[in-house]
Amino acid sequence: MEKKILTTPISAADLEDIKAGDIIYLTGHITTCRDVAHRRLVEYGRELPVDVRDGAILHAGPIVRTIDADANKYEMVSVGPTTSMRMEKFEYEFVKQTGARLIVGKGGMGPETEKACQEFKALHLVFPAGNAVLAATEVEEIEDANWKELGMPETLWTCRVKEFGPLIVSIDTYGNNWFEQKKVEYNKTKEEVLTEINKHVSFIK
Amino acid sequence: MDKQEQVKQMTTIIADFVGHMAKVLPDDVQAKIKELAADEKNPLAKTIYETMKTNMKLAKELSRPSCQDTGVLQYWVKCGANYPLLGELEGILREATAIATQQTPLRHNVVETFDEYNTGKNIGTHAPYVMWDIVPDRDDVEIFPYMAGGGCSLPGSGKTLMPGEGYEGVAKFVLDLMTSYGLNACPPLLVGVGVATSIDTAALFSKKALMRPIGSHNPNEKAAYMEELLEDGINKLHLGPQGMGGDKSVMGVNIENGARHPSVISVAVNVGCWNHRRGHLIFDKDGHVQVLSHSGVNY
Repeated sequence: MEKKILTTPISAADLEDIKAGDIIYLTGHITTCRDVAHRRLVEYGRELPVDVRDGAILHAGPIVRTIDADANKYEMVSVGPTTSMRMEKFEYEFVKQTGARLIVGKGGMGPETEKACQEFKALHLVFPAGNAVLAATEVEEIEDANWKELGMPETLWTCRVKEFGPLIVSIDTYGNNWFEQKKVEYNKTKEEVLTEINKHVSFIK
Repeated sequence: MDKQEQVKQMTTIIADFVGHMAKVLPDDVQAKIKELAADEKNPLAKTIYETMKTNMKLAKELSRPSCQDTGVLQYWVKCGANYPLLGELEGILREATAIATQQTPLRHNVVETFDEYNTGKNIGTHAPYVMWDIVPDRDDVEIFPYMAGGGCSLPGSGKTLMPGEGYEGVAKFVLDLMTSYGLNACPPLLVGVGVATSIDTAALFSKKALMRPIGSHNPNEKAAYMEELLEDGINKLHLGPQGMGGDKSVMGVNIENGARHPSVISVAVNVGCWNHRRGHLIFDKDGHVQVLSHSGVNY
């Protein structure tokens, strides 16, 4: 199967044929953006110092090596997604205000993000977590660093990436939510499994 | 070797080993991931397992932390009552953590509560956390360093059940967690279950359970049977790697247990992510060290 590669800037039309469960790769730019950045934008009304319109954000707090802080030169050592659900309460407003097309993170997100993906034509994607060295090798260069006062994990690191992935679509532009669909299956099977286990664990008699 | 020199040498070894642990997974975890990858049929899950295998290889080759979240350091110490550095040990672990943070480098993950600032050294009030067991009639010390990442710490929870809920209630508690918070904790997980008399005792056992090798069993026959029932049961949910679906779900289920009050049965769960960074070292009274978790590592 041929690799599906998206390149920033990304248009709504680019995402039309992509469905939850698909695997894609990203070439272009992606900016790390997590808890405090979301809070600053949504709760405190501060403008994001990086333009991510038609671009991509990554829920991540990387390990970065400083090459020359004055010249804004850094090297990506290890970068992997963090739990996206923490950003759920901010994500609708975040996508609305910033116009980001791809939200990359770990695990599923909820109804607010589904709504944003559908309304503003964006995707939530999962980079398989814990694969931080592989992800770092797909970063060609850190081109910019903003809000550095937040410390290494929370700084907005803007990375130029090449075939960054695999990225698995968890929410598509039609609002389909891979994790929520899977959870229905899991919970149904869980009842059957528990009924079976219960036959064998009556240790208190 | 005088005491001061032994302290220094031990600090250096632990700092180095913690750094190694961040980059190379223990033998049992590597073997299990490879086994799960080989058995997997689901194409999406296969892609994820291939990514994991590539990452393990790259982390070692490039000598970088395999996951960017190198956690808060925890050490379970089984210390012989006659071990000569018993009093120095906590200081050694603290110092080693600070050194490893700088030289590996590890991510800065220790945030002081209430004052809410990152110490930048991975040490802070009570951190790194040390869990102590004093073992009579021994003069050596077993140390299990563990990197507790945020993702896999998040599902950690416990409940004190009424005995009427029984072990059926224990099973339900574990499975409910697997299909909720567990999905985000980087499956396939190693599931640590504690069963005891109060929330704190169960919680401590659930963490100690994660220090046991994958595939090992509880010495109690019924507890071992329950480990098997839970492992098979969770696998039947087909959670797959990253909780996105696949043939199996977990690396294993380890239960640790203690006696309980007749009126309660407490259960707690701690999980280890697929990137389960746990070590096992033994230092003898003279400072000679044996590495049990990672083959090929000698000091």
